[in-house]
Amino acid sequence: MSGQAASLEIAFLAHRRHRRLVGLAGGVVLAACLLVSAIVSEASPSALIDGAPRALTYFAKLIPDLRLPVLFSGTETQGSLAYWMYRVDLWLWLLFETSQMAALATLAGAVIALPLCFPAAANLAPRRSIYLLFRRMLELLRAVPDIVYALILVWTFGVGPLAGILAITLHTAGTLGKLFAEAAENADMRPWQGLQSVGATWIQSVRFAIFPQVLPNFLSYVLMRFELNVRGATVIGFVGAGGIGQELYSVISFNYYQEIGAIVVLIVLVVSAIDMTSERLRRAVIR
Amino acid sequence: MKDDAAVRARYPAVFSVPMMRRFGYAAGAVSLATWLISLCLWFDITPARLSHGMAGLFVILRQMVPPRPGSQWLDILQGLAESVAMAFLGTVIAAAIALPLGFLGARNVVLNAMVHFSVRRVFDGFRGVDQLIWALAFVRAVGLGPLAGVLAIVAADIWMLAKLYAEAIENADRRQAESIVAVGGTRLAVIRFGLLPQVFPVLLAQVLYSFESNTRSASILGVVGAGGIGLQIAERIKVRYWDEVSFIIILLLATVAAIDTISARLRRRLTA
Repeated sequence: MSGQAASLEIAFLAHRRHRRLVGLAGGVVLAACLLVSAIVSEASPSALIDGAPRALTYFAKLIPDLRLPVLFSGTETQGSLAYWMYRVDLWLWLLFETSQMAALATLAGAVIALPLCFPAAANLAPRRSIYLLFRRMLELLRAVPDIVYALILVWTFGVGPLAGILAITLHTAGTLGKLFAEAAENADMRPWQGLQSVGATWIQSVRFAIFPQVLPNFLSYVLMRFELNVRGATVIGFVGAGGIGQELYSVISFNYYQEIGAIVVLIVLVVSAIDMTSERLRRAVIR
Repeated sequence: MKDDAAVRARYPAVFSVPMMRRFGYAAGAVSLATWLISLCLWFDITPARLSHGMAGLFVILRQMVPPRPGSQWLDILQGLAESVAMAFLGTVIAAAIALPLGFLGARNVVLNAMVHFSVRRVFDGFRGVDQLIWALAFVRAVGLGPLAGVLAIVAADIWMLAKLYAEAIENADRRQAESIVAVGGTRLAVIRFGLLPQVFPVLLAQVLYSFESNTRSASILGVVGAGGIGLQIAERIKVRYWDEVSFIIILLLATVAAIDTISARLRRRLTA
């Protein structure tokens, strides 16, 4: 009995020693990686200690100067909500423009992704080479961030919302195409086999066997992408591609602290409102 | 074929769309068309503008092949390393700061519903601020360079990770925590021995996933001056060195793919 307990104890100690060694090795590797990346990104402790108070004072300046007694006074009184949000009509209009850019780009991206996703599904592609070709195409579309697309498109389409819409469209086509293709790969194949056995063409089989099955998934992905694109559209204006980003960029460059705070608060409110609506819609769609 | 009419007569609903639904479809199509047309008018999207832009785009695409590293290829490599380093450092710092916040936002740790609800709303609010906004703000606050990028990644990632942590902690098995309570453990001991061992692999997987997504986003922070490869891309686009732009993009794709592969392998080992 005691011999058993002793061997158990030995095994436990050995196991614990092994775990500790693995943990230590992991810690050393992590520390080395951290050190290297801190050196490369010039984030030395002194720079961090130097930068932290400056960052804090900067963000402290963004806090609105609101005074409780005059909170609901007109735009003329300093310290009122109306004084802080004195251009709320313009900003809300720009946010509406931003959301419409995101909506149009999401729709256009989905329309592009739809024909690309079925050949990019491993179970539906007529040939493996076609599957690989479409997969790579979607990867290429997806891999370039929308801001980089916007930088390039601003050259050819000019400054304004159109470049932003097209940039988001291209990126969205890639991401949605991949999600769509994965949804199609998880579809039940029996309707497909049924249609194939009665001689339906490839397009007919996709339309009547796969599409009805995956449509709720597709809609939910489109809504999810729309939420992400609204966030993306708020900053695409930084490179001149329309929306609230252009206004935000200029107030940040001019250090209009109060206005930065106001715009960021409005962005957060609008983005969360859109998120909540879209989440409810998504639940209704998937059910 | 002669059964066709009989079947149709027996199941009319299968073969014809009800009047109301048809009307609904038409109304939907009309409102969609109206919305599209008004947006096209508002944003000045005309066929002429589109075709003109497309022509310009094809000129650019033609100049993008073959991709060339250019004379300042060392800067490109340095920018790439900077981006990866920014993403790594930012993710690790954010992961550490988010840990206590994640527990604070978990329903089974903070039992007060009011506190839990408001903590979660704070996460949601900050998550609405895009990383690039943080980057622009930090560039103004601490100056141009990768440090602003690291801070922007930290500031944007904390809230995302805290939310994911909180959800993972809420999904943990309660029995392990209850057994610690049963043997008289303190609240901290419950978290340390009842929750953390269960959720740690899940949290680590989320950190890795967030590192992947941060390497993507760190590549564009340079566009607003926060260090990394984005600065190199933006500069070359400004002077229209399209062949070097495509070279950087290809290099970026390779780096992101490599990091995705490594991280996906690590994640699979963690969650297996």
